[in-house]
Amino acid sequence: MEDCLAKKMEITVSEAEKRTGRNAMNIQETYTAYLIETRAVESQSEGQCAPVDSLWRRYSEFELLRNYLSVTYPHIVVPPLPEKRADFVWHKLSADNMDPDFVERRRIGLENFLLRVASHPVLCQDRIFYAFLMQEGGWKEMVNETGFQLKADSRLKALNATFRVKNPDKRFTELKHYSDELQSVISHLLRVRARVADRLYGVYKVHGNYGRVFSEWSAIEKEMGDGLQSAGHHMDVYAASIDDILEEEEHYADQLKEYLFYAEALRAVCRKHELMQYDLEMAAQDLTSKKQQCEELATGTVRTFSLKGMTSKLFGQETPEQREAKIKVLEEQIQEGEEQLKSKNLEGRDFVKSAWADIERFKEQKNHDLKEALISYAVMQISMCKKGIQVWTNAKECFSKM
Amino acid sequence: DTSLAEVNSFSPSVPISPSSMINQCKFEDGPELRDLFITVDDPESHITAIETFITYRVVTKTSRGEFDSSEYEVRRRYQDFLWLKSKLEEAHPTLIIPPLPEKFIMKGMVERFSDEFIETRRKALHKFLNRIADHPTLTFNEDFKIFLTAQAWELSSHKKQGPGLLSRMGQTVRAVASSVRGAVKNRPEMFTEMSNYMETFSQKINLLDKIAHRIYKEEKDYFNEMKEYGPIHTLWSASEEDIADSLKGIASCIDRCCKATEKRMAGLSENLLPILHEYILYSEILMGVLKRRDQIQGELDSKVETLANKKTEKDLFSEEIGKLEDKVERANNALKADWDRWKQNMQWEMRSTFTNVAENNLRYYEE
Repeated sequence: MEDCLAKKMEITVSEAEKRTGRNAMNIQETYTAYLIETRAVESQSEGQCAPVDSLWRRYSEFELLRNYLSVTYPHIVVPPLPEKRADFVWHKLSADNMDPDFVERRRIGLENFLLRVASHPVLCQDRIFYAFLMQEGGWKEMVNETGFQLKADSRLKALNATFRVKNPDKRFTELKHYSDELQSVISHLLRVRARVADRLYGVYKVHGNYGRVFSEWSAIEKEMGDGLQSAGHHMDVYAASIDDILEEEEHYADQLKEYLFYAEALRAVCRKHELMQYDLEMAAQDLTSKKQQCEELATGTVRTFSLKGMTSKLFGQETPEQREAKIKVLEEQIQEGEEQLKSKNLEGRDFVKSAWADIERFKEQKNHDLKEALISYAVMQISMCKKGIQVWTNAKECFSKM
Repeated sequence: DTSLAEVNSFSPSVPISPSSMINQCKFEDGPELRDLFITVDDPESHITAIETFITYRVVTKTSRGEFDSSEYEVRRRYQDFLWLKSKLEEAHPTLIIPPLPEKFIMKGMVERFSDEFIETRRKALHKFLNRIADHPTLTFNEDFKIFLTAQAWELSSHKKQGPGLLSRMGQTVRAVASSVRGAVKNRPEMFTEMSNYMETFSQKINLLDKIAHRIYKEEKDYFNEMKEYGPIHTLWSASEEDIADSLKGIASCIDRCCKATEKRMAGLSENLLPILHEYILYSEILMGVLKRRDQIQGELDSKVETLANKKTEKDLFSEEIGKLEDKVERANNALKADWDRWKQNMQWEMRSTFTNVAENNLRYYEE
């Protein structure tokens, strides 16, 4: 992590702005643009701050960047973007993309994404990424010029397709299972958490009604009046406190969501490996069958049934010249195939090595981040209880004075 | 006779100090002053050819002279309690007779003979008898004594005596007539105030009852969702190595929170909800008492009008009725003081339950 960009440069997504414009189909649309600010971290000799560079990007450009990175570095677990649409909302939160709270949380998520990429030892050195941060105009063209879309294997797009691999790498299989489990458990957790938040909100808010009725009741009481009135006030405080508490919890939910999407990225790496392995096996198979054909032609024996063999039996054998020509073609193909196989094997081994290195890095990051998130969640709960204790202790006092 | 002396010092116009109420049992005014202890327990169901009903065991321990023995054990059914209440109302139309649990509960899906229903009723009946025992006047009522001491057959034969249906109907007719007449002319200011107070109070108590039920429901929903929340973390921990322990820790904490929530709910349903309900009934009772007081006042006023000439007779009647009115005043005051004290206690208990829960939560929420 020594030379990663994050250490040399401060990156923030500092603002979000609503814009209208015309899209590719010349239809007017509203979208949000985000301001990315960067500033070089210089050795603070005189406490001088370097000048700030800034440019505006919209969400679709972030998506383009991420797609480019995924295709160009298939062995890397590429950090995920914040969700496109609000998911796992509990009833008070709006699911509207234009809602200011959603935009704010997305802004934070995008900043997080950039910081993750900038702290990745490999990704941070990519020039397209650098241009994304620094170069306002012509960036899209630059990305398209890399031709990364051609590299993108369309087979990967079919999410549920499996490639039947004869000798799967156990580690990758396990990892794929893990990423599936992680995805399912986190999304379940987030769903239930949203429902729990909803219910908790209800409990707190109904207590607010106490405040109103206590106040009305205190009007007709003499000795009890003051006690009731102040207790009612505390009930109002209690009911209002839930808003802040749940807002904080949203932040925790976002941290979990990041790893929900990370699980997808992890899975993507596994599938790429699977695909690679599949291609390798197919190539090897192809080579073997060609060698066999060659042998058969050379020795004139037919070991396996083939339509060609049958037709040649029916329509007579080929001339020796024809056979020679065929053998030659096959031999060339076999040589090509062997070279290809060699390079594919090499590719595969390299992939596995670098992928596994990144996966280890990812695992450490994940464990560290999740632990911190869980701790902060516990701390949040404790603070919620402390607030509860305070309110009810105050209320208790008021009641006892009635 | 020591018991009589105690009663006289027990002057109803002196409010009992709240400080003497700081103990668990709500009904003790100080163990030295009490000479009548009643418990209601052991519900049993009886099946006959015509009906099925529940009886409760009523155990009385007393040191009072007028009781032949110091311990009694009888079985009573809900009908018997209804009978006692109506006799008390008859004998003391302007005293506040404690509420009885209702015959049926509309709201809940509770069946007539479910355990929950029976237990709730038993507790309410227990409170009913003890409140009567604590009341300076009602505690010496003859029917009350018979209720506590008579065997089943004795009680039914006693019940058959007493004013017949016709005279009771006459009373009802008069009551209706007087209420139709509207506001009484010479009603003292105090009772008008009380009446207004009761109206507002009744409103507020009903609202509070609704709110409390709503809170209970919300907590129940919360609890149901929480039940699912903990196990997810345990499931997750099965796929992890490093963070497995943290996840398991959180799962167990969440489960403990669930238990704490259950306790909180139990606290609500055992303390707050029944008491709010009682006070709803109380407010109805009080309105009734005020009406009856008005009715008596109406009688006084009409007698005053019609017997304007017969001075001596008027004085006699006025005296009687004046005494009654004083009695009403005193009773009302005593019970109002009593009642405020109750409320304080009740609120205190409710809050203790809640702060308990909050404290539990804190203990349980560790990493």
